[in-house]
Amino acid sequence: MKKEILKLRDVKVHFPIQAGVFNRVVGHVLAVDGVDLDIFRGEVLGLAGESGCGKTTLGKAILRLVEPTGGEVKYISKNEEETEITSLEKKEMDPFRKKLQIVFQDPHSSLNPSFTIFGSLQDPLKKFGVKSKEERRKIIGDLLEAVNMRREYMDRYPHEFSGGQRQRIGIVRALCLEPELIVCDEAVSALDVSIQAQVLKLLMQLKKEKNLTYLFITHDLSVTEYLCDRIAVMYLGRIVELCDSEDLYQNTLHPYSEALISAIPVADLDKQTKRIVLEGDVPSPVNPPKGCPFHPRCPKAKDICKTDVPKLRKYSTNGKEHYASCHLIDLPEIT
Amino acid sequence: MESKDNIALSVRDLKTFFYTNNRCNKAVNGVSFDVEKGKTLCIVGESGCGKSVTAATIMQLLPTLSRIEEGEIKFRKNDEIINIEKLEKNGKEMREIRGSDIAMIFQDPMTALNPVYTVGFQISENLKYHTNLNRKQIREKCISLLSDMGIPLPEKRVDEYPHSYSGGMRQRAMIAMAMACNPKILIADEPTTALDVTIQAQIFELMDKLKKENDTAIILITHDMGVVAELADNVAVMYMGNIVEAGTADDVLRRPTHPYTKALLESVPVLGRGKNQDINPIKGSTPDPYNRPIGCQFAPRCNWQTESCDIMPEISQINETHQVRCHKYEQFFEKYNEKRNSKIT
Repeated sequence: MKKEILKLRDVKVHFPIQAGVFNRVVGHVLAVDGVDLDIFRGEVLGLAGESGCGKTTLGKAILRLVEPTGGEVKYISKNEEETEITSLEKKEMDPFRKKLQIVFQDPHSSLNPSFTIFGSLQDPLKKFGVKSKEERRKIIGDLLEAVNMRREYMDRYPHEFSGGQRQRIGIVRALCLEPELIVCDEAVSALDVSIQAQVLKLLMQLKKEKNLTYLFITHDLSVTEYLCDRIAVMYLGRIVELCDSEDLYQNTLHPYSEALISAIPVADLDKQTKRIVLEGDVPSPVNPPKGCPFHPRCPKAKDICKTDVPKLRKYSTNGKEHYASCHLIDLPEIT
Repeated sequence: MESKDNIALSVRDLKTFFYTNNRCNKAVNGVSFDVEKGKTLCIVGESGCGKSVTAATIMQLLPTLSRIEEGEIKFRKNDEIINIEKLEKNGKEMREIRGSDIAMIFQDPMTALNPVYTVGFQISENLKYHTNLNRKQIREKCISLLSDMGIPLPEKRVDEYPHSYSGGMRQRAMIAMAMACNPKILIADEPTTALDVTIQAQIFELMDKLKKENDTAIILITHDMGVVAELADNVAVMYMGNIVEAGTADDVLRRPTHPYTKALLESVPVLGRGKNQDINPIKGSTPDPYNRPIGCQFAPRCNWQTESCDIMPEISQINETHQVRCHKYEQFFEKYNEKRNSKIT
């Protein structure tokens, strides 16, 4: 039985653009513009897209590191109590902060250089009631060993570690409060390929041991295919396709996902395909195109795409749910 | 392979060392390769393996605390052969070559362009020094270069500053700048690392076109095996300042013979192989360049390490094009032959 852990309904994050002497609001950056998404317990959900499509903002909005300007984020606990977390007061939010954690993108800037690893990592434990220092040291030491690092490393400073090690410390930081969901924001993008594989393997192993759920944000679709159960593809603040990870490659429905997949260089001489080269750049999220946001770059665009915004509709491929938002899909819609 | 005419650049036993705090970093330690006209050579490796230093050495753009220690860089200009390593860094001859005969595309388009000059000015600088065109012709050439690169409204865009260009357009402006004087050799140092995959596809399409139309030799530096599979004719895999394996793309990708190449290929998930593919991380991390292992640089991370690895292995020639620097390559290669034979029978 699949049970949800998070339900997002019409989540919006609009950043105001201010100008002039009085800081008048002259427009909005529509970073995330109406996202509906269910995340199930124990799954790895990939969130893919190009830079500027709003994937990081969405990840942060879930944790309220960026306040959503509209919509709902519902957290469903193990005994199926629903809580709407975007409207909670700061204090009331605390127990949920413990459940929802994040691993940041850049391992070089996400650790404070003037604290030892223990100094940085003990604060959340202090806050959530681990009173004795010995106990805190034990928890952090155990977790360091779980990510294949030595216990003594906790008294060292961040500059003494390599990029891969720092990213593992970032993972320890996220794990120390025993969370249920971890948002991995480009957790392996800054690492060299040989180190990247180490961290990916570690993430999978921890997921099994601790029964975690990941929201895995990345621009690298080959990593998502390997790691994720389901993948959501974002474009200009909206989800354009959401489906089982294997289906995304075998039965691609949205032309954007198709172009994205064909553009990825594959390290296999037998699997070279023709690239679909999209023209132009991603439009500005300040002033997104009317109709389908993808239509100015879409090779298949018709007149209807210029006027009507396509809804995220449900289809079925391979007997599994497959959501896509495009006017030109021939499959029967499932209601 | 002895038809020397089509070799545009040949590097032999090149050594570039860096000196800081009385210590010496042997960043490039004996590198040899040839670049053919109209072909792409990909140099692959992780960060810190010396691939960018190799490029900077060819362009003589090394920082002050480093120098070319040994070796030669032979550049074929029309019919004469110029030894680049003997030229003075800022001398007249080197400046004539740099930018016109050998051009470079830098890694980060966001920082490689000067924000206080217009894009047009920065492209025309190159033409001003290397050609005899007058101002009007230079401007026309700039506009035609930009439109070749697929930049919309080039007449207007030529007078804009880099900040009003997007990342992909800046990289295209960089390529326009590099291609301004029809170079014989184009060195691209991770040209698409900072860009999205859809923009990356546009840039690759462009580079392919240039290669075919102008017969330019391209040296592409990258860390992505996928890029290699798509673009490369020849591949050189670098690790800690050495080329550990070199050959045609077919040789290296289908029959990787050095343990590092093999490990590198196995450590990345490949699109289209699904969830059941096995990825094997390389154990440990790259060694400190000031505290290198003796002998084979990869030995401490290698699964097939033996005592003989304490001596630096020589380059062994497997076939005409395929070279490898490993003591035990024969065993690896036999395995491939066995596999292939078993497939045939």
